[in-house]
Amino acid sequence: MAKRCEKLVDIGRRQFLRGTGIAAAAGVATVVTAAPSQAKAPLARVDYPVNKLANIKDLNVNEPFDIAYPDADAPGVVLKLGKAVPGGAGPDGDIVGFATLCPHKGFPLSYSAADSTFNCPGHYSRFDAEAGGLQVWGQSTQNLPQYTLRVDDKGDIYAEGVDELLYGRLSNVL
Amino acid sequence: MAYKRQIDRLPIIPADARKHNVTCHYCIVGCGYHAYTWPANKQGGADPKANAFGVDLSQQQAAETTAWYSPSMYNIVKQDGKDVHIVIKPDHDCEVNSGLGSVRGARMGESRFSETRNTQAQRLTDPMVWRYGSMQPTSWEDAYDLVARVTAAVIKEQGEDGLFVSMFDHGGSAGGYENTWGTGKLYFGAMKIKNVRIHNRPAYNSEVHGTRDMGVGELNNCYEDAELADTIVAVGTNPLETQTNYFLNHWIPNLRRTSLDKKKAQLPDESHEQGRIVIIDPRRTVTVNACEMEAGKERVLHLALNSGTDLILFNAIFTHIVEQGWIDKEFIEKSTVAEGTKRPDLYPARGEADGKPGHLTNFSGAVEGCKVSLEDAAKVTGLKAEDIAKAAEWIGKPKDGGKRRRVMIGYEKGLIWGNDNYRTNGALVNIALATGYIGRPGGGVVRLGGHQEGYVRPSDAHVGRPAAYVDKLLIEGKGGVHHVWACDHYKTTLNAHEFKRVYKKRTDIVKDAMNSVPYGDRDGMVKAILAAIKEGGLFSVDVDIIPSQIGQASHVWLPAAEAGEMNLTSMNGERRMRLTERYMDPPGNAKPDCLIAAGLAQHMERVLRDMGDTAYADQFKGFDWKTEEDAFLDGYQKNAGGGEFVTYDALRSMGTNGFQEPATGVKDGKIVGTKRLYTEGKFSTDDGRARFMDAPWRGLQAPGKEEEKAKFKFLINNGRSNLVWQNAFLDQANDFVMDSSPYPFIEMNLDDMASLGLGAGDLVEVFNDAGSTQAMVYPTPTARQGETFMLFAFPTGVQGNVVNDGVNELVIPNYKQSWGDIRKIASAPEVTKSLSFKSREYRLD
Repeated sequence: MAKRCEKLVDIGRRQFLRGTGIAAAAGVATVVTAAPSQAKAPLARVDYPVNKLANIKDLNVNEPFDIAYPDADAPGVVLKLGKAVPGGAGPDGDIVGFATLCPHKGFPLSYSAADSTFNCPGHYSRFDAEAGGLQVWGQSTQNLPQYTLRVDDKGDIYAEGVDELLYGRLSNVL
Repeated sequence: MAYKRQIDRLPIIPADARKHNVTCHYCIVGCGYHAYTWPANKQGGADPKANAFGVDLSQQQAAETTAWYSPSMYNIVKQDGKDVHIVIKPDHDCEVNSGLGSVRGARMGESRFSETRNTQAQRLTDPMVWRYGSMQPTSWEDAYDLVARVTAAVIKEQGEDGLFVSMFDHGGSAGGYENTWGTGKLYFGAMKIKNVRIHNRPAYNSEVHGTRDMGVGELNNCYEDAELADTIVAVGTNPLETQTNYFLNHWIPNLRRTSLDKKKAQLPDESHEQGRIVIIDPRRTVTVNACEMEAGKERVLHLALNSGTDLILFNAIFTHIVEQGWIDKEFIEKSTVAEGTKRPDLYPARGEADGKPGHLTNFSGAVEGCKVSLEDAAKVTGLKAEDIAKAAEWIGKPKDGGKRRRVMIGYEKGLIWGNDNYRTNGALVNIALATGYIGRPGGGVVRLGGHQEGYVRPSDAHVGRPAAYVDKLLIEGKGGVHHVWACDHYKTTLNAHEFKRVYKKRTDIVKDAMNSVPYGDRDGMVKAILAAIKEGGLFSVDVDIIPSQIGQASHVWLPAAEAGEMNLTSMNGERRMRLTERYMDPPGNAKPDCLIAAGLAQHMERVLRDMGDTAYADQFKGFDWKTEEDAFLDGYQKNAGGGEFVTYDALRSMGTNGFQEPATGVKDGKIVGTKRLYTEGKFSTDDGRARFMDAPWRGLQAPGKEEEKAKFKFLINNGRSNLVWQNAFLDQANDFVMDSSPYPFIEMNLDDMASLGLGAGDLVEVFNDAGSTQAMVYPTPTARQGETFMLFAFPTGVQGNVVNDGVNELVIPNYKQSWGDIRKIASAPEVTKSLSFKSREYRLD
């Protein structure tokens, strides 16, 4: 246990972000509506892309499915919890999506299926996937950024926004 | 649904933003931060040339980047009367925290007073007085006049003992050297106030008289020692939650093996390995879990002793170390007193004198007096004898190659606010003295601390030992006027239920009298107040940054500034002194406490002169400070050890690293400090030799505790949590905190919950003969049956209500050993529905 933990931390310390497996997994995300290229009046909020992250068929209960949103440098997961939860989408209200960089220091969170929490190997913060990403305990001054999800009648899962600032960027859309 | 800010971008700090040195306002660790400010109509850009970091912010930044800040670090505040953006972010170059921000300190930004964004709208902006049946704003001159007239009149009638004072003695927040000096000069210089107490206890005393009397100042090592130690011993402390970045940045590298290179480089002539830790705490905390996850269970020894039995455990460890010959004979001979002293006749029931509750002696006197077998200690503590022996081995046994081990012993409120404070403190320090682990790299026997420190005051010798038990005297009807400086007895005292009941009654007598006189009739008003005081009333003046709970009873509120709204100096747990620079304006007409004290002194002088008492009036001279720096120069520079070397300019240039007190000189414009105390083996006694303490076990010392334990079913252990700072005075107005902590939690064993028919989030009443309070049930599988843990000092449920009035000989409260019964008040209220009651322990499965 301790060994694994140390390894994860080392990864973090070596500035793991670029070109990791997580970023590569972002291949599943396809941009459906790209931002228009012509100049327009600046908006008060960032313009979130609507990205397809997965299809319900891709998901097994309580197994995180790696994605990235709103771009390839912002790792996250989609998760089917098997029971309706806050922010849950889909026919059963049980599909949620979260960013998986810890909002404290940007370490990659690992998912504990045993109690449906995201855990940070850097400083031990924990976030509850069943409670809107509420920090159960930890160092972050934000709860975990959760995606606004929409599931269409084909079972495709789209992300359309994020409810907190993502770690490592001062604008959620770069 | 969890609280979300719906913030999707933040203003970028421009390259030309102003940068101010900041030390976190809150805990003893004092993490380094910087406050960046820039005009409201400007912003930086993503281009490296357009932002303060010189970084391309159109790219995702990596973990631990310096070029990111969270929404909680941002705000808009007033600076020199103008709106400015502010970001208060952790400093990566500060040796204390290396860029880490805790869940408390990293919210300083959004916890600033902002009229623009309505944060901390609770802050006081004007002096307020009781007028026409409620608190109403007034001018400083008017408020000072009322306070000075009533105070002077009460002193004339009752002497200075009629003035009761509660005043903070800490650094950070609104404390610091400037403000402890300002208040200290008023009450201990101009006056000699005896009925005085500190912010978190009912008397004016040290929490660590034991170690000080032995000659060992309590902050004697440096944070780096936690990286160098072979074994860390943590007593009655939960540092992951209460000294967070000290633990994460200095303990964890040792347990994680990443400080091994530093050990080899600094201490090349001995063997080194990954650190071990002994944790002495009845409760399994997140600290225990984190240590196990990092070091492996085999290097973590959690001694979950029966509550309040620390003393006999220390004695057993001490005895075993002595019997095994693991002592440092040379150190004992050179640095501790050779001659023993005779045991006081009635010892251990009575100490050497009322103010000296122990028996200080030499090594062999302590060996004899503290002697206890592993088995006897095991029976009392509930631990296994072999585990106590293992602890002694991890502490005492020399390393491979025969070199002496390096052991750092840290203790905090579990000991300080626990059973038999004085002698338990002594029994622990005995271990460090016998093994010579003081003044050496990787050593130290230190308190870990609560607030930062920042104490410089005229002598308090007139207060005496034992000091007056102020809360008790107030309950008994003593005193006519009460000046309260950032203390909230309603939340942070023992016997709080009864205190609040009586305090309200006494202050209401004065309120009713004030209601009977037109406010503008000052002579009539003072006369009515004095008459009410004769009837048992109490006139209460509350100096604070917010309307506190005790302030509900007060007749005058005086608005104070806090760190950052004034220049403020403090030191941390390794005596590291820094200057937090003023980066914003105080709210409205609020002022630094030192200048409020000065104003009070000047008005006291005027009023006393008008009364014809010239000699007494003259005592109030010397408060003509214009700024907090004037108070610093008058106080710290002239009165603190090494103070003559310390200036604001030098501190400014030394940034968030500052220097470690005491200062010993100045070199190349930098203050030279002291990394560790006692490196020469000379201690803080007249002859330079430390004393041992003969400290035998005598059960639960404080009056009423044994009876309470026998009568009630549950231990109501209590303490802090990660999320909440102190008594939540700012957090109570912070949405992120209150969303997930609407009520104080009480951790309960699952079988106990079942037997009482309780579910997660249910509100329960906790009660005993001292009083009652409420808490929210937090199911905790690791909690032992019959043992609960409740958040201390929280505004929506005050744990101190169920702490009886029993104190030790020196009037140190015993908060930790409280017992009570529990019954259900209500099923989980709506506000708890969005909470998570999952285990707080980090896991990887």
